[in-house]
Amino acid sequence: MQVKSMFFKQNAAAKLNDAVLQRNMQKAKGKFVDGRAKAVAEVENWEAIRTHAAALRDKCLANLDAYLIEFEANATRRGAVVHWAETASEACDIIVKIAKDNGVKKATKSKSMVSEEVNLNERLEAAGIQPIETDLGEYILQLAGEPPSHIVAPAVHKSKEQVADLFVAAHHKPRLTEIPAMTREAREALRDHFLTADMGISGANFIIAETGTTLTVTNEGNADMVTTVPRIHCVITGVEKVIPTLEDFASLIRLLPRSAVGQTIANYLTLTTGTKMPGDQDGPEQMHIVLVDAGRTKFIGTDMQEMLRCIRCGACMNHCPVYQNVGGHAYGWVYPGPMGSILTPTYVGLENAGDLPNAATFCGECQVVCPVKIPLPDLMRKLREQQHERHLRPWSERIPMALWAFAARRPALYSVLSKLGARFAAWLGGKDKLIHSLPGIDGWTHGRDMPAPEGRTFRELYAQRRGAR
Amino acid sequence: MSARENILARIRRQQGRSGATSAEEMELIRANIRNHASGPLPNAARTADVMGQFKRECDRLLTTFAEVNEAEVPREVARFCDAAGIGKSVAGWTAYADWDWQGAGIHYAGRAANKDDSVGFTGCFCAIAETGTLLLLSAPDMPKLNALLPETHICVVRKHRIVHTMEDALALVRAEIGEPPRSMFFVSGPSRTADIEQTIVIGAHGPYRVHVILT
Repeated sequence: MQVKSMFFKQNAAAKLNDAVLQRNMQKAKGKFVDGRAKAVAEVENWEAIRTHAAALRDKCLANLDAYLIEFEANATRRGAVVHWAETASEACDIIVKIAKDNGVKKATKSKSMVSEEVNLNERLEAAGIQPIETDLGEYILQLAGEPPSHIVAPAVHKSKEQVADLFVAAHHKPRLTEIPAMTREAREALRDHFLTADMGISGANFIIAETGTTLTVTNEGNADMVTTVPRIHCVITGVEKVIPTLEDFASLIRLLPRSAVGQTIANYLTLTTGTKMPGDQDGPEQMHIVLVDAGRTKFIGTDMQEMLRCIRCGACMNHCPVYQNVGGHAYGWVYPGPMGSILTPTYVGLENAGDLPNAATFCGECQVVCPVKIPLPDLMRKLREQQHERHLRPWSERIPMALWAFAARRPALYSVLSKLGARFAAWLGGKDKLIHSLPGIDGWTHGRDMPAPEGRTFRELYAQRRGAR
Repeated sequence: MSARENILARIRRQQGRSGATSAEEMELIRANIRNHASGPLPNAARTADVMGQFKRECDRLLTTFAEVNEAEVPREVARFCDAAGIGKSVAGWTAYADWDWQGAGIHYAGRAANKDDSVGFTGCFCAIAETGTLLLLSAPDMPKLNALLPETHICVVRKHRIVHTMEDALALVRAEIGEPPRSMFFVSGPSRTADIEQTIVIGAHGPYRVHVILT
């Protein structure tokens, strides 16, 4: 996907003024937040499971090379072919070559964010291979020619009326507006594709070193069609997805669907190991697994390594007040919300995604809900520090920060300035104690008033109370 | 250098390690794998009432269930199909082809399901009480498609094959089968989607109905 993260501010402003999007986003947010809260409340030792999961992901990352080698050996032993791709483009080259070598005309796909990262569909189409997205949300977006705006619910920004219009254009059938009937129409439209595709392309939620197994998690059952019916199964996934054992899969799967959508378990978990075995009536003859780096190894051994624990549940964006208001497209790349504010600058360069680490209120909710305890606000803060050090922020931000830092290191000066500031702000507030316009930074007061302070600083009040005792 | 070598070398460089991954390092992670350490389990996974837990979770998943003797299974399938208003033509695993289907008025074809089948019949390797999950393993006479393509999936579950947790199910696979077969398929209720306006719809690409017959 083309990076548009440098336009975050403009895009976010446009999204805030998009009435349809605002309505669609408001509908969605309560469902995710309430659903997760209920599911998590049922698990009395949720914290213990989270702590275990974070430690086990750290363990994988500490020996990532060895776990990948072990995975490769076991997958190969079971008949899969393991490919390695350093870049997005290499990953596409590998898959296009597999498809061409085997005369593939059509490939069904279950949802894969890595395939979005590397622009796989575009490359397949350019090579004359028809990619068919089969996750309902991804299918809708393929019809719309849009990228996903959420990693779990890709079409969360679309209303059913918008979907109905897309279906009329694609299916040439009378317009339906009841969601169950629309879902059935999509099921019927995709059935033939499932059964006639030469190749199935899936992502992997995890890959398991012990057995050379890949995992897909879905509610729709589409990944099972994609990995079972076509004669070739191709998995595209990131190198950080490896976990040691089947037991580790059991631990992590207690967290993933609950955190993502508030389900105790997803409807279909499929562990796929190697090719069709002798006598099997279903399953592919070839299995290919493409392990993609494309920026992931850059995180290792740095301040950002904890981000690689991520199991892609989307809870951080579901609970983010910024995401809830601007939606996923404003972030300008595959991964929106707090996770994207760390992944995107590291993958595509801080200079291309400068606003993302700043698109946060630091309310801390993302860290609270993260099933693998990624300290997302801390990581964003570190990226802000890097921006400051590399002079990537505008002077209008750097100069006030430098002035503030100068004063903050001089307590007496700070005391005087903050007293003046508090009194000035109280005066600005006037009788109704509301500041309607802030000189120089009126963006803050555009569309809202700022409550004025009382006119005295914390330190003054503190000194007064100590004196009164 | 190949992409593989470059990626592995970069990981080690970033970790501040030199040279290629050593035999000792490989042995260290293999020893960790051999431990098969389980993580913390929630209370629901430790309940004494395994059957009650399984049924509660089935209810939540909208999986329906019935308890009958093995000889009664075909009649239960017929009853379910009548109640659901669907035809009594069933594509099922060959292992069950010699049951008295005809006596129950069912046309039973022992084969993999295709797109025209409306009812698929399967057994399962075991079931998991914690989440109301069925585990199907791939094998020549156990095609997965019977649990996936038809709009109705009916699954016979032996009561003594209901285990507490996912970990128990995985241990059972290791003990009885060894390495995982090509597909380990964990089914928890009928397929669903919420991709249009986050409205849950039952019946996406997989079955609309999952019915468990406990024997």
